[in-house]
Amino acid sequence: MSEEKPQKSLDDLEAKLRQAREGSENGGSGGPALKKGDMSGFSMAFRIGTEMVSALVVGVGVGWFLDNWLETTPWFLVVFFFLGAGAGIMNVYRAASGLGYQPGYGPTKGDAPEGGNQMDASQDAGANNKDAGGK
Amino acid sequence: MANPLQQFEVKTLVPIQLGDVDASLTNAGLFMIITVAAITLFLTLSMRQKSLVPGRWQSMAELSYEFIAGMIRDNVGAEGRKYFPFVFSLFMFILFANLIGLIPYSFTFTSHIVVTFAMAAFVFIGVTIIAIVRHKLHFFSFFLPSGVPMVMAPVLVPIEVLSYLSRPVSLSIRLFANMMAGHTMMKVFAGFVIPLGIIGGWAPLTVDVALTAFEFLVAFLQAYVFTVLTCLYLNDAIHLH
Repeated sequence: MSEEKPQKSLDDLEAKLRQAREGSENGGSGGPALKKGDMSGFSMAFRIGTEMVSALVVGVGVGWFLDNWLETTPWFLVVFFFLGAGAGIMNVYRAASGLGYQPGYGPTKGDAPEGGNQMDASQDAGANNKDAGGK
Repeated sequence: MANPLQQFEVKTLVPIQLGDVDASLTNAGLFMIITVAAITLFLTLSMRQKSLVPGRWQSMAELSYEFIAGMIRDNVGAEGRKYFPFVFSLFMFILFANLIGLIPYSFTFTSHIVVTFAMAAFVFIGVTIIAIVRHKLHFFSFFLPSGVPMVMAPVLVPIEVLSYLSRPVSLSIRLFANMMAGHTMMKVFAGFVIPLGIIGGWAPLTVDVALTAFEFLVAFLQAYVFTVLTCLYLNDAIHLH
C-alpha cells in the first residue's frame, strides 16, 4: 500500500512535467507584445511619440527620394507625406492598444493572442488555457 | 557656461588611414572597445567559479542570462532560442554602453544616431532576411492583412510598407533621443549650479541628483526596450501572422 502511493504520485508528477514542458514549448510563445505594466508610462509615451514621427520621416524621405529620382517634384512628396502620416497613426494605434507590430487592427483569428495562433488552435486550446491560468 | 552639447563631440584619438577610408580610433570607438571588454570581463570573471550556489557576481551574470532567455521565450517562443546569442549580445552591449556613458568624463556612443541606426538597420535587415527565408513569397502577404477588401489594397499596402520601413527608424531614434536628451539635460542643469552661487545653486544641483537616478532607469529601460522590440520583430518574422 505504502509502496504504491509514492509510485503513483511520481507518475502523476511525470505526466504533469511533460504537460508543462510541452506547454512551455508550444503554447508559451507570442503574447501581445508589451503588456501593460511592462514599461513605465514615460517610456510608453516616448514610444508613441517616436512611432508617429518615424513613420512620417520615412514617408517624407521616400517621397523626396522618388521625386529627386523621377523628377516629379512635388507629387510623390505630397502623396507619401499623407501615406506616412497614415502609417504613423496606424503605428500609434497599434502601440497604444497593445497589438504589437503586426498588420491589421486586432486579433483576427478568434481571440487567440497573436504569435500564439500559428499553431492549430483547436489542438492547442488546452495548453493555452492552462497558460492563461498560470499567468 | 560650458556647451552642454560638447560631450557628444567625436574626437580622433589615433589617426589611422586605410586607403581612402578614415579608420581612425575615435573616442566613440574607444568606448565601444571598453564596453565589449567590460562585458567580456564581467561574464567570464563572474562565471569563473561556477558554483552551484551563485555568489554575488555569478548571480548577476545568471540573472542577465535568464532575463534575456525569458524575454525570448515569452516574445518569440521556442523557435527563437537559436537567436539567443545575438539578442543577448545586443542587450548587453546597449546596457553597458548606456551605463558606462553615465560615468563622468566618459563618452556615450548610444547618444549618436549613426551608432543606434546601424544597430537598428542590422536588426531590421536580419529579421527581414529571416522572414523571407522562412516564408518565401508568403512574406509579402505581411503587407496585406487578411480580410481586407481588395479595393483598399492600393492605399493599405503602401501604408503597411511604410509602417514596416519605419521600424528601424523608430527603434534607433528612441534609443538615441533618450540618451542624448538625458545627458544634455544633466549638463544644462549642471551649468546653472555655479552661476547661481551658494544660495540658488542648490536647486539645479538637486535636480541633477534626481536626474542621475532617472538616467540609470533610462539606461536600463532603453536597453530593455530595444531588445524587446528586436524580439517582437523576430517573432513577426518567424510566425508572420
